[in-house]
Amino acid sequence: MKTAVVIFPGSNCDQDVIHAVRDTVGCEVNAVWHREEQLPEGTGLVILPGGFSYGDYLRSGAMAARSPIMGAVKEHAGQGGLVLGICNGFQILTESSLLPGVLLPNKTLSFICRPCFLSVENTDTPFTGLFEKGQVVQFPIAHGDGLFFLPADELNDLENRGGAVFRYVSPGGVGGDEWNPNGSVNSIAGIVNPQGNILGLMPHPERASEAILGGEDGRLFWRSVASFLEKGGRRHGLL
Amino acid sequence: MDFSKYGIRKEEFAAAEAALGREPNECELRILGVMWSEHCSYKSTKHLLKHFPTRGPKVVLGPGENAGIVDLGDGLGAAFKAESHNHPSAVAPYQGAATGVGGIIRDILALGARPVASMDGLFFGDPEHPRTGHLSAGIVKGVGDYGNAVGVPTVGGKTVYDPCYNENPLLNAFCIGLVELDKIVSSQTARPGQLVVLLGSKTGRDGIAGAAFASVELSEDAKESRPSIQIGDPFAEKMLIEACLELKEKNLIVSMQDMGAAGITSSSSEVAAKSGVGMKLHFDRVPLRAADMEPWEIALSESQERMLLIVAPEHMEEVSSVARKWELDCAVIGETEEGDDYSIFFHGEKVASLPATLIGDGCPPIHWPSEKPADFETRWDFDLDGLPAPGDWNAAMLSLLGNPSMTPKRWIFEQYDSMVQLNTVSGPGHPVSVLRIKGRESLIGLVFDADPWKCCLDPFRGGAETVARTVRALSVAGAEPLGLTDCLNFPSPEVPGQYWALEECIEGMAAACGALGCPVVSGNVSLYNETKSGAILPTPVVGTVGLIPSPEDFLPCGAWEEGDLLFLVGPCNPSLAGSLYIRSLGRPEAGRPLEFSGEAEKDFSERALRTARKKAAHSGRALAGGGLAAALAKDSAESGCGARIALGIPTRKDVVLFGEGGARALYSVPMSRVPLFKAIWSGYPCLELGRAGGDVLSVGGAFSLAVSRIQEIWRNN
Amino acid sequence: MLRHVHVFVQLKDGVLDIQGKAVANSLVSLGHDSLGSAKVGKYIQLWIEADSAAGARKEAEKMCDDLLVNPIIEQYSIEVEGE
Repeated sequence: MKTAVVIFPGSNCDQDVIHAVRDTVGCEVNAVWHREEQLPEGTGLVILPGGFSYGDYLRSGAMAARSPIMGAVKEHAGQGGLVLGICNGFQILTESSLLPGVLLPNKTLSFICRPCFLSVENTDTPFTGLFEKGQVVQFPIAHGDGLFFLPADELNDLENRGGAVFRYVSPGGVGGDEWNPNGSVNSIAGIVNPQGNILGLMPHPERASEAILGGEDGRLFWRSVASFLEKGGRRHGLL
Repeated sequence: MDFSKYGIRKEEFAAAEAALGREPNECELRILGVMWSEHCSYKSTKHLLKHFPTRGPKVVLGPGENAGIVDLGDGLGAAFKAESHNHPSAVAPYQGAATGVGGIIRDILALGARPVASMDGLFFGDPEHPRTGHLSAGIVKGVGDYGNAVGVPTVGGKTVYDPCYNENPLLNAFCIGLVELDKIVSSQTARPGQLVVLLGSKTGRDGIAGAAFASVELSEDAKESRPSIQIGDPFAEKMLIEACLELKEKNLIVSMQDMGAAGITSSSSEVAAKSGVGMKLHFDRVPLRAADMEPWEIALSESQERMLLIVAPEHMEEVSSVARKWELDCAVIGETEEGDDYSIFFHGEKVASLPATLIGDGCPPIHWPSEKPADFETRWDFDLDGLPAPGDWNAAMLSLLGNPSMTPKRWIFEQYDSMVQLNTVSGPGHPVSVLRIKGRESLIGLVFDADPWKCCLDPFRGGAETVARTVRALSVAGAEPLGLTDCLNFPSPEVPGQYWALEECIEGMAAACGALGCPVVSGNVSLYNETKSGAILPTPVVGTVGLIPSPEDFLPCGAWEEGDLLFLVGPCNPSLAGSLYIRSLGRPEAGRPLEFSGEAEKDFSERALRTARKKAAHSGRALAGGGLAAALAKDSAESGCGARIALGIPTRKDVVLFGEGGARALYSVPMSRVPLFKAIWSGYPCLELGRAGGDVLSVGGAFSLAVSRIQEIWRNN
Repeated sequence: MLRHVHVFVQLKDGVLDIQGKAVANSLVSLGHDSLGSAKVGKYIQLWIEADSAAGARKEAEKMCDDLLVNPIIEQYSIEVEGE
């Protein structure tokens, strides 16, 4: 699996993602500057990392979504290539309409950094193939604008097609406001597009990929992607 | 000449006149007024700071540079420093705190180090005071928004509440960075014939004369008299970090200095003076945000996110191209030359000409009158017999554990990204923050601590206790202390009793540093922390850095296991003087803190390090605020495990449980390691307390609390 | 000529306005009982080189569509000085 991590001005989880992917699946990872107009030849997975691209000054992810590299990312996605947006990367994906919805300020109106429990709701995606359905994993969150919002009718569509891949839950896997840190609709933490090749999530799997940092649930996430790409690597079909 | 309106004293004007052989002009006076302010010149404390031990086998760079550096082994160094941003945070809490964080990050960056972690010292007023909510919320959000965006995790800190900070909250920011020892960038290496380059944001009217503002008491009308406050731009700072580190990697810079207080003048004259060169600056070449700025405004602007670089002419083109990549302004504003003359030109006209060494070092020091307050020793009167033991022990415990200075402060640290950069092994909420170093075995331990109440009751002992506390915490965690940084937050030095307390505190800290072999490598002094409604308590804050050889050598806290034996090591004669318990009872501070014993502290530290390295315990915690009772409660709550304790000693239980001070720690030891543990601590006071287990924490004859009850108190605080 | 354009960006009705809610709650707790509701939006000023006010408006609308406004949640109005 050949991975490209896009670096926008203000990205700050780019090196973390590069470290985690190399450490867990040992694949080739290329850093791609946002001014580039092409992805490295043979890229299987594109990651838009977390951070505060352009300071998140207008709306989180808005300016990065208009960066030169995003044309190539869209083209890659259009051909069924995998795209993963984490945190600010998720915000960039919704801002560029590669994913539906929008990320609004947390219900607390403050930044929140803490470990969260997530249930894996859909294992039929290139990113979650090695998990069990309903499995509870622990990934930390660290964001100010993480409240996932979608108008009611679109939300229905998303849920009906199994687009909500991760949901905030209790350690025992039970939902509820108490376990939904930011007020996301239906406690949604991560979603996938109808074709299944674009995933956006607010929690950080790269921060849960080493025992010394307190958790390893993220390793299965990276291995899922790697195993999908090893088996062919493009996703075209509808879920 | 009315020099007083520029904040210049008579003898200072005379010194300037003597050095120049003429009267300084207005622009020069404005420059000297700021550069010779307390904040920039340390004129009241320079001679006192000489008491600190600053050398040691691990010290690579001591005080005098942008930050200190200690040796982590194998060619890697840790650059660290703490700095106060108190006055700005008092009048504009959000921006004041944000720019405080930005400033300390640039101090670390200036050495060519990549900033890897921050900590914050927060001193807020009484939670019930009407201003405290607003000030604390703004300061916390400012620290978080800046650090989070710039991608430097805030991994720990210290938060204290006391009415003395009602009008004058303190913000102390700590930052640590990593640098290869052979790639340290210095501010002392400029040579004649090189270019002076300004990199980063444009220069505006923000924070002009902020340093002078920080050198007087906060007045009632601070809001009107404040200089236009600096606005932080963490996005620009992130670009600046990446650009500077890229320039360093490509060997494109000769010398570098960050721009904080007194802006261009301070940074450029420091580089000139330290490097022994002269400098010609052309202020019409400075990229400006407001077109009509006067030369003196450009000289003293404290616009944020700027660095001063010294570049060899042949590298300038490449420097410009790196700046363009990171979307930063970059301008050659002058050149270095032989000699000591520091001159400023504006559209071809010379507007200031001063010897570089005069600007930084020429201010005559001030020895303020120092006097121990006549009634000082009445503070030591403490009638223990007049203090009844708690009638309701459980209620006393709950009140202590709910004290805002005691709670874990989740509401604060969850607003900080404590994990970015993937190094945080032990983050906020723990007495020691631990970072791994990627690609290496060893870990870094960090502690940030303060105890203003003990410093108030006995500044010498309190100062020593503050330093000792950080070293104890590191030692128990298995970290060998390498060095420390300090922020000395004090009220006006012009009051003899207050100057005396400052002297005593420094003496006490220096004594502890010496005894524990933990030198001071950097620091900062913030005076005049007082308002009409009163002065702050003497508040020295200490940030100490230690090294843990490998992950196996790190001993965590809050890791009791069922069946472990609990031990208290250290003397059973703590003091209630300046304790959190007395404050939680609402009683006035009184009594005398324990005497500092260098020998006992050293002995304790060595045994604690051995305990960690030989894995003689599951869990260890140095006792601090709230004493043994608080340590038991914290460990129990974090472990999710109770304990039955019997205190088989004749001393009053409230004193043993709630007393503070001295080299003491609580350990949980698995049965199989008990003989080893006892052997390590043989010859040092060591008391078996009881056994861990169950879901209730009880101390015979005192309190009995469900572990879940303690967890609940702390869950949302 | 350089024309001064004012862009007002508001959340659409029905989109959760947490900031507006927080502001309203604070105002009510300060005793402003007359307050019905509050919304928080953005105000952006642009200076656009254009021959006519209508031309400036057209350009500003394009800027809103391209970047300044997220149509999923936001709506906007434009005022051009001298129009």
